Amino acid sequence: MTAKAAPASATVPPAGPIPDVTPRGKRSMFLRRPFFTVALIVAVGYILAAIFAPWVAPYDPVAQSMDAMMQPPTGAHPLGTDSYGQDILSRVIFGARYALIIGFFSVLIGAAGGLVIGLAAGLSGGWLEWALMRLIDAILALPSLILAVAFIAILGQGVDKVVIAVGLSMIGPFSRTVQADVMQVRVQGFVEAAHLMSIPSWQVVWRHVLPNVIFPLAVQVTIRISEAILVSSSLSFLGIGVTPPTPDWGLMIAEGRDFVSFAPWMSAMPGFALALLLIALSIVGDGIREEFDPKGRRGS
Amino acid sequence: MLVQALKKLGQTLVVLVLVSIATFGLLKLAPGDPVQIMLGAEYSQDSYESMTRELGLDQPFLVQYADWALNFVQGDWGTSYIARTDIFTYGFKEALPVTLTLAFFSLSFAILIGVPLGVLSAVKKDTVFDAGAAVFALTGTAFPSFLLGILLIWFFGVKLQLFPVMGYVSPWEDLRLGIYHMILPGLTLSTYFIAMITRLTRATLIEVLDEPYIAAARARGEPNWRVIWVHGVRNIAMPLVTILGLQLGTLIQGTVLTETVFNLPGIGQMLTSAVLGRDYQVVQAGVMMTAFLFIGVNLLVDLSYPILDPRLRDRK
Amino acid sequence: MTLTQTETLLSVSDLTIHRGAAEILDRVSLSLAPGETLALVGESGAGKSTIAMALMQLLDGAKVEGRADLKDAGDLLSLSSHQMVKLRGNRLSMIFQDAGAALNPAYTVGRQLTTTLRRTLGLNRAEAHRRAVDLFSQVGINDAEARLSAFPHQLSGGMQQRVMVAIALAGNPDLLLADEPTSALDVTIQAQIIRLILSLTRERGASCIFVLHDLALASQSCDRIVVLYAGQVVESGPVAEVLNNHRHPYTRQLKSCVVEIGRADLVAPEGTVPPHDRMPKGCRFSTRCPRALSRCSDEMPPSEPADPGRSDPLDHVFACWNPE
Repeated sequence: MTAKAAPASATVPPAGPIPDVTPRGKRSMFLRRPFFTVALIVAVGYILAAIFAPWVAPYDPVAQSMDAMMQPPTGAHPLGTDSYGQDILSRVIFGARYALIIGFFSVLIGAAGGLVIGLAAGLSGGWLEWALMRLIDAILALPSLILAVAFIAILGQGVDKVVIAVGLSMIGPFSRTVQADVMQVRVQGFVEAAHLMSIPSWQVVWRHVLPNVIFPLAVQVTIRISEAILVSSSLSFLGIGVTPPTPDWGLMIAEGRDFVSFAPWMSAMPGFALALLLIALSIVGDGIREEFDPKGRRGS
Repeated sequence: MLVQALKKLGQTLVVLVLVSIATFGLLKLAPGDPVQIMLGAEYSQDSYESMTRELGLDQPFLVQYADWALNFVQGDWGTSYIARTDIFTYGFKEALPVTLTLAFFSLSFAILIGVPLGVLSAVKKDTVFDAGAAVFALTGTAFPSFLLGILLIWFFGVKLQLFPVMGYVSPWEDLRLGIYHMILPGLTLSTYFIAMITRLTRATLIEVLDEPYIAAARARGEPNWRVIWVHGVRNIAMPLVTILGLQLGTLIQGTVLTETVFNLPGIGQMLTSAVLGRDYQVVQAGVMMTAFLFIGVNLLVDLSYPILDPRLRDRK
Repeated sequence: MTLTQTETLLSVSDLTIHRGAAEILDRVSLSLAPGETLALVGESGAGKSTIAMALMQLLDGAKVEGRADLKDAGDLLSLSSHQMVKLRGNRLSMIFQDAGAALNPAYTVGRQLTTTLRRTLGLNRAEAHRRAVDLFSQVGINDAEARLSAFPHQLSGGMQQRVMVAIALAGNPDLLLADEPTSALDVTIQAQIIRLILSLTRERGASCIFVLHDLALASQSCDRIVVLYAGQVVESGPVAEVLNNHRHPYTRQLKSCVVEIGRADLVAPEGTVPPHDRMPKGCRFSTRCPRALSRCSDEMPPSEPADPGRSDPLDHVFACWNPE
């Protein structure tokens, strides 16, 4: 949308020539930014929990139990049980697995799609460029959640469908940033800017454009994982994401909502797990962005 | 300036058309055969074919689209087979105002709370207050809104029994009751924006206060409060509006979630129940409304720039 | 320093300013009578603007010592901010170098002027408007009525500076500080603006401190001159006296540059100002002074009369161990 193109400071500031790829001494970064380090440790903790979930979780996350329904946190069930008697702690741990997997793969899809469209839009010229830019505007006219909702309507529910839907909905923002980076390189004069479809030879693209684009893209990927997790949890919360009894935090929060007055732990536990991960990822994302992308680009 | 505005309008129209084509096409991909749905369990091949012709489904895509688009523009949005009403009434007349009211309240809260908070942070830079506000800003932007909504319900609604936990009363009909019902949802949705506006106001104001005209205003004898609020804050209006415009998508996303948490009959609820119930025409309408809203507001934001920054007025 | 107490408008004594480890001003003293114009001359970084900003209490993050007594107001450096706010615009005001940047881009120039008028003179809206039109014509802005509703960016540099002058004089201050008011302007307009400031202040009987780096300009427009080097006053007195009977080597260098090249702008003497952490304890010019003695860098010479036999010996003073 033109609103994003005009005020340069917010979304599409010109990135400079090939960004300084060498992080300034990894060691010092961790010492320099204590919050970042703590947040990183927390995030890594989640990742480990996700990987080793079957060994760490005390119970089978989908094992129901009639006699253990809606129990408050006790020794046997440190985080309590839900309305089906399932152990919340185990579900929260497995929830990390689902959240991170969904987040990671959907961002990958978004980045891949964004890379293709962004490259095409940035490298072409004339009417094709204009058309592609309008296309990106159109995609961006809808917030990620709404787009994801629309895709779910077509695809149906389930973990894999959620990954695709969220992934597709993130193509828009990624293509914007990729296009901006490509334009930046392009202005540096190696491309013959002819009027129509001046796509340069693949060698030039490979050698000059891609390196300038891939790195900022990687930075964006790390920043947007938390956004992907938020959108997918939101979908599940709304009831149109993953299907029960999948241990997904959003789903768990929704299930617990009706029981908030007498069993608040049902929503609170997965809720705080989600909030903590999102905050940690947000701090990590901020830190990475400040360190490696000094132009202070803020995604829309 | 007029030429520029017209160009923008043109671009906007193109984008709108693209969105409508995409929406129409996308939902055509949806599973489920509308003819089958209409005809029910048993039907003959003949009645299937005649129904298909009747619904115009044998026409080429573009013709179907043109037909649909024409209808859409005239306000004929089809019928929701779940809600059993015509979608235009359901969506535009009933659901949209709810969503807009929620958005309006949240944005107002956000500005009324966020700007002063940001100003104070900037003025009390590097004090405990500033650090506290910064922490709040950080958590506020990352915290999922639907979780916050539930927490607020639990705390204010259940524990303290202060506010109603669900339902919507239109403030346009009953102001007091309406606002009463809006407080928790409005607060939920606005938190992210309060945090964001605080951060932004603080950063921008610090930059603005370094400008020569601020020192010059002081030199003229302007009292401190005027220097900050009349000279300083006036000049953060534009970056603020810009960022708010960019965050519009987040606002809309947030309304969807907040409506679900608090059971408000807005576009969000309309969309989710339509997706669950496979009421694709409603999904179409919902997506279109959202897009129009988004694009329309962005256009307004663009057009407001010259008003906010006099330096942009005479150019072009 | 020179005239009797009752005739002094401003008396600055031993003004010393530190910013962090650097000593920006070292025991600067000067004084001004009502209606006098004083030129504060020196190279960039000599601390001239700092003096002006300090007098207005507009310096941030600096440690300020010394006194600056304004007649009937007290020590400007130790007044509370509330008291300062009352003085600014009323008793003392300031003109900045870049007038365009010193005007708020979001409001019309008229609005910025009338606000000041209403606050300092207590006028109502209509009166303030009339006064503003009047002021604009006084500063040489034709078509004053229309110009009032212009925004700063719509005016030329010269116009903007005239607006600044109007705003600065709106409250009829006793003292006007002009910080390099013409450095950002075309040469052709510089003289106009200086003349304007001078005539308007003379009309009102106000005093003016001009911060300049242009010695020739200073000599043409001011009554007195204070020569500043690296935060220290090296020589001060009536303009003609100082330029013709200068005693300090730096003053000679300044003057000779101007005369030699025949241009109006300043060409720096040989060498550079030492960095703040390598300042000599005594006279700071000693590192570049052709007449420097060994004691110059260790001991700061005291301020002494240039011509002890005169009727008013303290009128023209300098600080040098080895004067000319």
